[in-house]
Amino acid sequence: MDFSGLIDNFGPLTVTGLAQGAIIALFALGYTLVYGVLRLINFAHSEVFLLGTYACLFAWGLFGLDQNSAAPAVGPMLLYMLVGLIAAIIVSGAAALTVEFVAYRPLRRRNAPPLAFLITAIGASLFISEVVGVATHRNQTGVPPIIQARPVFTIGDTTVTNLQILIILLALVMMFALDRFINGSRLGRGVRAVAQNPDSAALMGVNKSRVIALVFLLGGLMAGIAAVMYDLKIGVTRYDAGFLLGIDAFTAAVLGGIGNLRGALLGGLLLGVLQNYAAGVFGSQWLHAASFVLLVVILLFRPTGLLGESLGRARA
Amino acid sequence: MSEKASFRSSGGVRGWFGRQPWYIRGVVVLLAAVAAYLLPYVGDVPLIGPQIVTEGIDWPSALFNMSYYVLLALGLNVVVGYAGLLDLGYVGFFAVGAYGTALLTSPDSILYEDTGWKWLMAVPAALVLTMIAGVILGWPTLRLRGDYLAIVTLGFAEIIRIVATSTTTLRGDRGFASIPHPPGSWGGEPIFGVTDAIPYFWLGLTVIILVILGVRNLDRSRVGRSWLAIREDEEAAEVMGVRTFKYKLWAFAIGAFIGGLGGVLFAGEQSFINSQTFVLQFSILVLAGVVMGGSGNMAGAILGGVLISYIPDRLRGLSFGDTDLYEYRFAIFGAAIILIMVLRPQGLIPSRRRAMELKDREKEVAPQ
Amino acid sequence: MTEPHQETPEEWDRENARPVDEAAPTGKPASAPARNDVRGDVLLEVDHVTLRFGGVVALNDVSFSLRKGEIFGLIGPNGAGKTTCFNAMTGVYRPTEGAIRFQGESIVGKKKHQITRGGIARTFQNVRLFPEMTALENVMVGADAHHKTSVISALFRLPRFWREEKSGRQRSLELLRFVGIAHRAGDVSRNLSYGEQRRLEIARALATNPTLLCLDEPAAGFNPAEKEDLLQLIRRIRDTGVTVLLIEHDMRLVMGVTDRIVVLEFGKKIAEGTPAEVRDNPAVIAAYLGVPTDAA
Repeated sequence: MDFSGLIDNFGPLTVTGLAQGAIIALFALGYTLVYGVLRLINFAHSEVFLLGTYACLFAWGLFGLDQNSAAPAVGPMLLYMLVGLIAAIIVSGAAALTVEFVAYRPLRRRNAPPLAFLITAIGASLFISEVVGVATHRNQTGVPPIIQARPVFTIGDTTVTNLQILIILLALVMMFALDRFINGSRLGRGVRAVAQNPDSAALMGVNKSRVIALVFLLGGLMAGIAAVMYDLKIGVTRYDAGFLLGIDAFTAAVLGGIGNLRGALLGGLLLGVLQNYAAGVFGSQWLHAASFVLLVVILLFRPTGLLGESLGRARA
Repeated sequence: MSEKASFRSSGGVRGWFGRQPWYIRGVVVLLAAVAAYLLPYVGDVPLIGPQIVTEGIDWPSALFNMSYYVLLALGLNVVVGYAGLLDLGYVGFFAVGAYGTALLTSPDSILYEDTGWKWLMAVPAALVLTMIAGVILGWPTLRLRGDYLAIVTLGFAEIIRIVATSTTTLRGDRGFASIPHPPGSWGGEPIFGVTDAIPYFWLGLTVIILVILGVRNLDRSRVGRSWLAIREDEEAAEVMGVRTFKYKLWAFAIGAFIGGLGGVLFAGEQSFINSQTFVLQFSILVLAGVVMGGSGNMAGAILGGVLISYIPDRLRGLSFGDTDLYEYRFAIFGAAIILIMVLRPQGLIPSRRRAMELKDREKEVAPQ
Repeated sequence: MTEPHQETPEEWDRENARPVDEAAPTGKPASAPARNDVRGDVLLEVDHVTLRFGGVVALNDVSFSLRKGEIFGLIGPNGAGKTTCFNAMTGVYRPTEGAIRFQGESIVGKKKHQITRGGIARTFQNVRLFPEMTALENVMVGADAHHKTSVISALFRLPRFWREEKSGRQRSLELLRFVGIAHRAGDVSRNLSYGEQRRLEIARALATNPTLLCLDEPAAGFNPAEKEDLLQLIRRIRDTGVTVLLIEHDMRLVMGVTDRIVVLEFGKKIAEGTPAEVRDNPAVIAAYLGVPTDAA
C-alpha cells in the first residue's frame, strides 16, 4: 500500500475519475430508469451500451476513418461527433427497445416470476456480446482520433483536457435534460406515476406498456451517448467492454440509490473518483475490488443507497 | 385454477411416479441411478447413441463436465431456489474449492513444502474453507435486500478473480500445475489417470447422488420449511419465529459447500487451474441453468446443469455450412435461454414439490 | 341472512360441536379463567408509550395492560393508531418513549422471532401466508418455532428430527382441525378461500404456542355469518388458556366477545373498561360519530 501515489497525483486522479464517473453515470441511468419502473435489473443494458460503442465506430468507418486516421479539423470534427452520437443513440435506443420487446414483454404477458426476467436478460446479454465477439474475432477495435485530447488549462500540477471537459459537461447536460423531462413533462409524469404505483397509474389512464418502452428507450439513448464518450476516452472497444463497465454502472446506480436519477449521477461520479484513488493506492488491478468493498460498506449503513430509491419525488 | 392446468399439462410421468407405492418408486430411482452410471457407454447404443455423444470432445470428459455443472446447479438451487437469495457470484465458491485444493497439494504452491498433501487430504480442508468463505460473504451481506445481494455477490466473485489474478500466492495466469488426482488403483493401474475420464464421471455422479440425498433431507424438514417461508415472505417468517438470518446463512454455507465440492473435483480432474478458469460469466451461466431447468426443484436444477454444459460441448466440432457452430455456442445458448424462458417462464420442470406432497397428506387427513 | 360461502355451515358446525378438549391445542393449561374474571395477573403492560414518525405523533402517552386469560379489544376509528400500537406491541416498531413489558420483561428492542418464541403470536391485517406452501406446512412453520432440529439432525435424520417432525405434524393437524380447515391440509395455501386463509393464519399463529394471540382485524371482509363463526373461534381459543388481543373497528364484533376494551383516537387513549362501560362513554360515542370532542 502506497499513499504517496495518491497524494502526488491527487488532482489528475480526481479529474480522470470525474470523467470516467460521468460515463458510468450516463450508463447507470439505464439501470436506474428500468429498475425504478419495473423493479428489474436489466442485465442486458450492458450490451445496449456495447452496441453503441460499435455503432459510432461503424458510422465513422463510413467516412473512411479508422484508428490510423489523422485527427480531423474542427469543422469535420463537429460533423463526425454529431454523426457518431446519432448513430450510437439510434443503435442503442433500438437495441434497448428490442430487448424489451423480445426478452421482457412476452414474459410480462405471461406473468412470469421475477427471476425469469433476469434470466432472459442474461440470455439477451450473452447473445449480443457473443455475436459481437465472433464478428470481431474477440479482438479489440481501435477508435479513430476524432478529438485529440489537448490540455486546456492547468491548476497546480493538474492538467485538464478538452476531452475531459466535454465528457463531464455532456453528462451533466444530459442528466439535467433527463431530470427535466421526467419531472417536468407530461410523458415524464406518466413514468413517475407508473414507478410509484403501476396499478393506479393504469387506472388513471396511463399507458403502462408505452411508459415501459419509453423508459427502455431513454436508458438506451443515454447509454449510446456514454458509449461514444467511452470510445473517445479509452480509444478501443471490445466485445466484453459492456459487461465490465456494466458492473461499474450498476454498482453506481445502487450506490446512489437505484431508481433515483440524481443518485445515478452522484453514484457514478463518486465511483469513478474513488476507483481512481484506489488505483492510486493499491494499483490499478484492485480498482474493481475497491469499488465493491465500498459498495458493501455503504449499503450496510445506508441500505437504500446514498440518496434513497425513488424515481420521482413522492417516495423519497 | 392455473395450478390445475399446469398440473395436467406438465405431463403424466411425474404424476404417475407420485401415485406409485414406495417400493416401485425405489426401483425406478435405482434404475435411473444405474442408467446414469452407464451413460459413458451410451454411444454404443445403436441409432440414438451416436446422436447423443459429443463429437468435438471425448464423451466421458463431456460427462464429467456435466457432473460438476450439475453439482454447481444443485448448490445454487439451495441458495436461489429454496431460500430465494439471488447469488450472481456463485462461481466464487467453486474457485475457492479449486484454489484451496491447489494450494494444499500442488508443487507450485508456497504451502507445498509444509503439506505435500494428497488430493483426498485436501478435500475436507478445502470444503471447510469454502464454507467459511460463504459465511464471511453472507454475514455482512445477507441483511441486504434481494437485488442488492445480487450485485454484492457479483462483486465477491469478481474480487476472488482479481485476487487470483493479482496476488503472487495464487500465481495469476501461471496457475497451479500437477494437482494430484484422486487416489485408488485397480490391478496396479491408478483408477484416476490422465486419459480416461470415466472414473472421474463416476466419482462426480456419486458425489451428486450424495448431495441430492442430503439436500432432499434438508428440504423435507424444518430447515427446508424455513427456507421456503423466507423465500415466500421474509417478514411473516420472522414473525412466525423463523430465525431468518441464521437460515439464510445456512443456505449460503451449504450452497458454498456444494460449490466447493465441484471445485475440488474439478481441480482433481484437470490437475491444472489458473485465474482464467473462473470467469464471472460462469456463475451467470449456472444461474441461467438453474432457473431454466426450474428453480426450487432438484430435478429442474439437474436438467439445467446438464443443459448448460451439454449444449456447448455438443456444438463443439460441428459446423453449419462454413460456420463453425462452436464459435457461436454461447450466442446460440443465449438465444436458447430467451426462447425457453419465454415459452416456459416457470422453467422446464416447474417446482411441483407442493403438489406432490398434497397426495401424501390427503391420506393422513382423510380418516378424520 | 346468510350468504352462501366457501364451505358449508354444517361442516363448520360439526367442527364447533366437537368437545373443546379434544380439539384444543396441546400444551396449554387446562383450567382457563372464567369469562369475566378481570383480576388475572398482568400479562402485557403498555406503559406510557409514545411513538413519533418524524413530526407525526402516532401514539401519545398510551397506557393499558392485558390480563391473563382475557379477550381484550383495542378499538378506534380509522387512523386512530390501533395498528401502530399493535405493531409496537409485537416488536415491529420501537416506541420513542415508554416501555412495553410482557410477563414483566421488556420487549422493546427484541427481535421479532424472539418475541414470538417468548409467547406473543400475531396475524396480519392483510393475510400473509406462505402462498406456495400447503396449509399444513404453513402451520408447521409456526410449530417449528419451538423445535430444536438443527441442520445436522435434519441432514442425517437423527432421532430428534423424527420426534419433532412427528409431533409437529400431529399438532399442526390438530390445529387445522381446531380452526375447521383440516380438509384443506394438503392444499397449497394460495388456493384456499379467503375465509380459509384467515383461519389458517390463526392456526399458524397458534402453532407457535403463544400465551398471547394478537389478531389484527381478523373479521375484515367477512359477512355476518362468517363473523359469528369467528367469534366462536376466538372464544374457543380463549378457553384453551390463550389471552387474545383483538384489534377491530367493527364495534358490534368487539362488544360481543371482549372482556375489556381500550379505545384510541388520534393516538390517545380516550376510554377503557368493559364493553358496557365503553359503549356508554360520551367520548367514545363522539369519536365514532365523528363529533369533535374535548372530553379526551
